[in-house]
Amino acid sequence: MDTHQAKEIIAKRVAKEFQNGYVVNLGIGLPTLVANYVPEGIEVILQSENGFVGMGPSAEAGKEIKNLVNAGGTPVSLIPGAAFFDSATSFAIIRGGHVDVTVLGALQVDEKGNLANWMVPGSMVPGMGGAMDLVVGAKKVIVAMNHTARGIKKILKKCDLPLTAKAQVNLIITEMGVIEVINQRLVLKEINPHFTIKEVQASTEAELIIAENLKVMEL
Amino acid sequence: MTKIKTLQEVLACIKDDMSIMIGGFLGTGTPEGIIDGLVDKGVKNLTIIGNDTGFENVGIGKLITNKLVKRVITSHIGTNPETGRQMNSGEIAVELVPQGTLAERIRSAGAGLGGFLTPTGIGTLVEEGKEKIVIGDKEYLLELPLKADIALLKGAKVDVKGNIYYDMAARNFNPLMAMAADLVIVEAEEIVEAGEIDPNHVMTPGIFVDILVKEGK
Repeated sequence: MDTHQAKEIIAKRVAKEFQNGYVVNLGIGLPTLVANYVPEGIEVILQSENGFVGMGPSAEAGKEIKNLVNAGGTPVSLIPGAAFFDSATSFAIIRGGHVDVTVLGALQVDEKGNLANWMVPGSMVPGMGGAMDLVVGAKKVIVAMNHTARGIKKILKKCDLPLTAKAQVNLIITEMGVIEVINQRLVLKEINPHFTIKEVQASTEAELIIAENLKVMEL
Repeated sequence: MTKIKTLQEVLACIKDDMSIMIGGFLGTGTPEGIIDGLVDKGVKNLTIIGNDTGFENVGIGKLITNKLVKRVITSHIGTNPETGRQMNSGEIAVELVPQGTLAERIRSAGAGLGGFLTPTGIGTLVEEGKEKIVIGDKEYLLELPLKADIALLKGAKVDVKGNIYYDMAARNFNPLMAMAADLVIVEAEEIVEAGEIDPNHVMTPGIFVDILVKEGK
């Protein structure tokens, strides 16, 4: 499976978590792709933390609008019914529990639902941006990422990088499967049929509980 | 008395060692004209408060690249490698603040509040040195207000009374910073007469604004 296929599998599966009317914030990178796979008949309202709801797809070449960019600076479009606001309102939406789902990447995530995605001391310190507020405030936190980083495990017993937030992650979706954080344990709920349970566990440092009704991940 | 000044007059107000809040998000909604003026003037040892440090040649990034900044309070420096480089070499102090906390600290200063309680940052490096307060069964951090000597804003349409209308996502931190500095300066894409902006559409009331300067003047 190449990186492109892996990303597509992850993005598609994340989109299945959405329900009609959900307010959703998608992080930069892989999570942004999720917008391309929202199932037919489901309408979600995308929130962009730089100050609006009702974000549409990336702007077509030549149709970029000044001052209409997402939180990563990429030109985007609006859907009818969009609304702009200032940063305090944006984070009232985020922190105040008005975002149904936030989808973010991770450097590490652990069995207690701890997330680390904002710095690697000594080498990479981009800053947390809005991630700490999003993870604390959103009703549901989905980590969408490759299961490992070039062979290095990312789903751990305990994160050793500085945390973004403590015990806030609800669901981890990777190209290998879907893992839910339940009572500080990781439960494998779905598995990509290209992998065995043994392979998934071998790529995961934390112990996986296998759900009784383990499902096959729809690809 | 007119609030309209020239860029030269604006730059004369901004001196070495001042703290300056600058509106914008990765350069969108940032008063680039005033920033270019500051670079030309070569003001030193600034403390900058802003969402991010832009890109190397965009927004706040220009102040960093030209080494005018000694300290920056911001939520994200990842898009400007020069900030990270100066931080690692000890040339610049960087205080990273969660974006929502940064916005609310600025709003608190402008709103006369002594601070606020947020769940953001609990259990992370952000809680270091901060008071924790339990309300009900939930832990919060006490975050304190953040103000500055000067706020530099960008408005799409500004009337001569200082009433500001922002365009799309250029609003971001600008309305908050308008309330939180001793001297508030807005760079306007367009300056119009009083009354030309429908009072229903004013996003920052002019009473917060001390000086307006036309973009490109």
